[in-house]
Amino acid sequence: MAELAAVAPLPRDDVLAQLADLKRIAVVPALNEEATVGRVIDEIRAFDPDFDIVVVDDGSVDRTAGMAADRGAHVLRLPFNLGIGGAVQTGYRFAFERGYDVAVQIDGDGQHDPSQLPAILGPVLAGTADLCVGSRFTGTGEYRSSFVRRLGIRLFARVVSAVVRQKVTDTTSGFRAVNRKGIALFAADYPHDYPEVEATVMCVKHKLRLQEVPVEMRERGGGSSSITAVRSIYYMTKVLLAIFVGLFRRYAVPLEEEHR
Amino acid sequence: MTPWPVSIAAAIASFLLLVVVFELIRSRRLRERYALLWLLTGVVLLGLSLWRDGLNTIASWFGVETYPPAILGAIGALFILVMLLHYSTVISRLSDQNTILAQRLALLEQQLRER
Repeated sequence: MAELAAVAPLPRDDVLAQLADLKRIAVVPALNEEATVGRVIDEIRAFDPDFDIVVVDDGSVDRTAGMAADRGAHVLRLPFNLGIGGAVQTGYRFAFERGYDVAVQIDGDGQHDPSQLPAILGPVLAGTADLCVGSRFTGTGEYRSSFVRRLGIRLFARVVSAVVRQKVTDTTSGFRAVNRKGIALFAADYPHDYPEVEATVMCVKHKLRLQEVPVEMRERGGGSSSITAVRSIYYMTKVLLAIFVGLFRRYAVPLEEEHR
Repeated sequence: MTPWPVSIAAAIASFLLLVVVFELIRSRRLRERYALLWLLTGVVLLGLSLWRDGLNTIASWFGVETYPPAILGAIGALFILVMLLHYSTVISRLSDQNTILAQRLALLEQQLRER
């Protein structure tokens, strides 16, 4: 892990020391990830054994929920598939109602490496960001994906950067950390379908401070990506529409205990 | 040739449709997912109302020589059909999900009563 020191703004021990007094939870959305979800849980615990973990099973037809429950994670089984947005929001609702101070979001497919948690937790713990997103593109690491996806990712980066007036390189990353403010906002309101892009815009509109840090992501450990090329184009249109209409909305800054 | 009053009325109507759909999305009474088809309808109808030569050309493809605006009505009807079919699939999904929710609730209530 020699490269990690260059990536992470804070060493692991410093982050762990700062975490010690905080109620912390990892939100792990998973859809048919029985092959990887166990490893993800183990790796989160390897980083910090006191991290609570909530796996949101978005209507899996395999043993995802069982694998997670066997390892002692909290498991929320949705009665049918809500899509990634609805699944992730369920996790943030859990975190909000149980009074967690810090939440990290890590995909159940193994593409996010929990040993890089110090990188995304650093700015949130230091109090310089309410939402910290791990970006594949700001620095080290290569990321391979289909042409349409890469095009979409680049387009969204441009559009979102313009809308939030801050340079954003990876708007589709689901690897991030939020403080209590971010948990409250996501619990109350979270976009659907292809939510990371809109969630990024939403945070900034609600006056939450956003920061990106470079992370390396792995190839997906198992399962298959829920987004194919044709769907990508549909989602792109939908998300661009949502961002455009969002420009004409008024946003209130959420109060911490406002929603239950 | 399309009479001007028809073009103007059709353009205003489709523009109003777009404005109403936009406002419904903005005020969160309509989700983007269900708005896309409406926006497409509005854009196509607005385009063909304003682009009068285009409407005449399309009409002549279908052998409609006497009254081109009939094509506007036909396209509108086609979109309505597609929309209704789309809603039928959405309602089917919702009713399936509703069944699952009711069953889960009944099981949970039974568990609570027996404790």
